[in-house]
Amino acid sequence: MILYLVKRLAVLVVSTAVAGVVVFAFMALLPGDPAEIALGVNATPEALEELRRQFGTDRPAAAQFADWFGGLAQGDFGTSYVTSSPIGPQVADRLGVTVTLVLGGMVIALLIAVPLGVFAAVHHRDPLGVAISAASQVGIAIPAFLAGILLVFVFAVQAQALPSGGYVPFTESPGEWLRGLLLPWLSLGLVQGAVLTRYVRSAVLDVMREDYLRTARAKGRGRMGALWRHGLRNASVPVVTVLGLQLATLLIGAVVVERVFVIPGLGDLLLNGVAGRDLLLVQGVVMVLVVAVLLINFVVDVAYAALDPRLRGAR
Amino acid sequence: MRRIGIWIAVGGLLLGTTACGGGGGGEPAGQAAGSQTLSVGFVAEPANLDFTSTEGAAIPQALLVNVYEGLVKLGQDGSIQPLLAERWEVSPDRKTYTFSLRKGVTFSNGAPFTADDVIFSFDRVKSDWKLKIKSQLDSVDRVEKDDESTVVVTLKQPSNGFLYTLTTRLGAMFSRTGVDDLANKPVGTGPYTLASWKRGDSIQLNGNDAYWGAKPKVTAVTLKYFKDATAMNNALLTGGIDVISSVQAPESLRQFADPGRFETVEGTTNGEVVLSMNNDRAPFNDKKVRQAVRHAIDHKALLDTAWAGRGGLIGSMVPPTDPWYEDRTGDYPYDVAKAKELLGGKTYDVKMRIPNLPYAVASAQVVKSQLAQVGINAEIEPLEFPARWLDLVFTKADYHLSIINHVEPHDMSIFADKSYYFRYDNPEFGKLLTSADQGSEQQRIDDLKKAARMLSDDAAADWLFLFPNLIVAKKGVTGLPKNGIAEAFDFTALAKQ
Repeated sequence: MILYLVKRLAVLVVSTAVAGVVVFAFMALLPGDPAEIALGVNATPEALEELRRQFGTDRPAAAQFADWFGGLAQGDFGTSYVTSSPIGPQVADRLGVTVTLVLGGMVIALLIAVPLGVFAAVHHRDPLGVAISAASQVGIAIPAFLAGILLVFVFAVQAQALPSGGYVPFTESPGEWLRGLLLPWLSLGLVQGAVLTRYVRSAVLDVMREDYLRTARAKGRGRMGALWRHGLRNASVPVVTVLGLQLATLLIGAVVVERVFVIPGLGDLLLNGVAGRDLLLVQGVVMVLVVAVLLINFVVDVAYAALDPRLRGAR
Repeated sequence: MRRIGIWIAVGGLLLGTTACGGGGGGEPAGQAAGSQTLSVGFVAEPANLDFTSTEGAAIPQALLVNVYEGLVKLGQDGSIQPLLAERWEVSPDRKTYTFSLRKGVTFSNGAPFTADDVIFSFDRVKSDWKLKIKSQLDSVDRVEKDDESTVVVTLKQPSNGFLYTLTTRLGAMFSRTGVDDLANKPVGTGPYTLASWKRGDSIQLNGNDAYWGAKPKVTAVTLKYFKDATAMNNALLTGGIDVISSVQAPESLRQFADPGRFETVEGTTNGEVVLSMNNDRAPFNDKKVRQAVRHAIDHKALLDTAWAGRGGLIGSMVPPTDPWYEDRTGDYPYDVAKAKELLGGKTYDVKMRIPNLPYAVASAQVVKSQLAQVGINAEIEPLEFPARWLDLVFTKADYHLSIINHVEPHDMSIFADKSYYFRYDNPEFGKLLTSADQGSEQQRIDDLKKAARMLSDDAAADWLFLFPNLIVAKKGVTGLPKNGIAEAFDFTALAKQ
C-alpha cells in the first residue's frame, strides 16, 4: 500500500508540472493584450509601453514562465495586472465558495442517489422501481443551469421564500448563508443525483447477481440484510469512480450555476480574468482547477485500493 | 484641445465583471430613524478602483461625486455647479480661472483639502494619468495658488470645454497623502467612503461622518454587480436590490409593470449607438455608398425590433441633452429606391464585425436584412468584447462595418482624429471643433451645430439610435436621475419614502 501511494504521488507531481507548461502555453496563445484592455480605447502608445513593462508582459515568455512557475511552487500566485492585488488570497476566497457549492451539491446528490438507486435495484421489477429509473433519465437530460432557473422562478420569484441569488459568508450570517446556498445546492444535486442514481442502481443490480450474495441469502439473511452486509462495499467501487468524475465535472461546471445564482466563486473569477486578459489570474485559477482534478483522481485511486485490496497490486 | 475620449463601455460592460449579489438575504429590514440603506444593481464591476490608470465606466460611475469630488459638478440639467470651489471668476480674455475653495473640507484620511491639493491633482493628470482622455486638460498652462484657499488656473488658449472637463474624472481632487493605493483605497472629500469591496459581489459605501456639506439621506449604499440580466431582474423581483441602474434587456420591463410595486424611469443618455463604416476601405470610402447605407436603414423599425422601441432616434453624433443638438433624423429618410440609385445597381459583400454585446447583436441582424434589400450583403462576425473587438476593429481598423455604443459625453470630437477607427478624414471638421472650443459661447454652439451637420451630410457613419437611460426601482425610491448624462451615478440625491 505504501509503495503504491509513493508511485501514485510521483505521478501526481509530474502531471502537475506538465499541466503548468500546458496552461502557460495556452495563455500565451490567447489573443489580446492585457495592457490594451486595461487602458481601453483611451490608451496612449507610451502609456501602453509603460504598462507592459510594469506588468512584465514585455519580457520573453521563458522568463515569464520561470517567474510564474517558480512563484507557484512556493505558493505565490503573483499579483494581478488588472486588480493590482495579490492573486493567492483571491483564489483562496473563491475556491472556498466553489468547494462549498460543489460539496453541498454532492451531498444532496448522494442523499438522493443512494437510497433511490438501491431501492430501484432491489425493486427493479416493480412499477415503483421502474418509475424511479425513468425519472432519473429525465433528470439526466436537464442541465443544472436550467434546473437553477426553474428553482429560482418557483421558490424565489413566485413563492418569495428564498433569495434568487447572492452569497453571504458563513461568518457573517450562518442562516443567510444556508438560505442563499439551498437553491444552488439543489440545482447541482438534483441533476447529479439523477446521474448517480443510475450508477448506484446498476452497481447494486450487478452485485445482487453475484454468487456470494445468493449464498448469503441461502444462509438465511434477508434481501436487504445480505446486501447491507456483503453487497454495498462491492457496489461502491464503480460508484466511487463515477463520484470522482462527477466531482471534477462539478468543480468546473459550477461556473454556470455560479452565474445563475450570482455566486462569487472560482468560475466567476475565471470568466472575469479571461475577459480582462488577466493572464496571471487565469493561469492561477486554471492551475488550481487542474491540481484539484488531479487530487480528486488521486483520492479516488487510493479509495479503490482501500475498498478493494485486489487493486493494490494491480498498479 | 483634442478630445479623443470615448469609452466604449456600452451599457457598462467594459472589463466588467462579475457578479453577485442577488439577494443574499436582502437588506437589513430594520432602519433606524434618519439612516437609510439602499442597494443598487449594476452590470459592470470595476476591475480596480483607480480611474487614473484603468479605463472602464464602472469606476467613475461608483466613485465620482460619491467618494471623489471635483471643484465643480454637473447638474441634471447639464449646468456647471459649484462643489469644492464655492465660486470662480473667469478673466475677460477667458484664459484665467480663479477658484475660491470651500474652507473646512477634509479628505477621508483626515488631511485638510487645500490649494496645494488642487495643484497636486492637476499636476498628477499630466505626470501620472495613463488614459488618453488626459489630453482634454492639455489646454492648462499652469496652476498656482494665491493663498491657501484660492487657486488660479491659466489656460494656453480659451477653452469652452474646460469647466465641463472638470466635472468629469479628470477634475477629481486627490489628497497629497492619499494616492498610495488608488486601486484599492480611494481617498476623497465626498459624502461617502469606501467601506468594503467584496470582489465579484459588491461594493459598500458608507456615509462620511466628517463630510463638509449636507449629509445624504441614504447613509449606506451597496453596489451589487450582476453579469446576468435575468439574475439582476430576479434580485429586484425578490427584494434583493432596490434599484436596477441600467436595464439590459428592455423586453424584460413587462415584469416590472405593476405600478404598486415598481417604478420605471426612462430618459436619454450620451450613448450613441453608431453603425461605423470604415471610411478608408472600399466600398465605404465612397461617400455615395455610405449615403446609400443611411437611406437603406429604417431606424424606427430597427429600434422597435432590436431594443423594444426604447431609446431615441438621432441623425448625428449629438444627444438631445447637449445645447448644440439639432434634429438631424430627417437628413436621410428611409428610402430603398434612393439607396439603390446611389449604389448604381452595384452589389457588395462586406464584413460586419461587431462586439458580442446584446444591443450590437440585435441591431446587426436588422441592419443585415435591411442592407440586403439594396444589394449590400453584410456578413455578421461577432467578436469577443472587449479583447478581440478592441484589437481588430478599434486598433487595427480591420473592418467594413461595426456597431458600438459610444457612451462618452461630448464625443463628437472623435471624428476629428483621422487615425480613429472610423478613418474619417475631413480637415474642415477639425477646424470647426477648434473654433468652437476657443470662440464665444454662442460661436461654440453655432460651430458644433455645423460640425454635426457636416458629419451627417458626409455620412461619416450612421447613427442607429440613442441608448436609453432605463432605471427600474422599488416603489418609493426617489431622486433617480432621469437622464444618464454624467459619469457618476449620484447617490447623494436618492432617498426612500
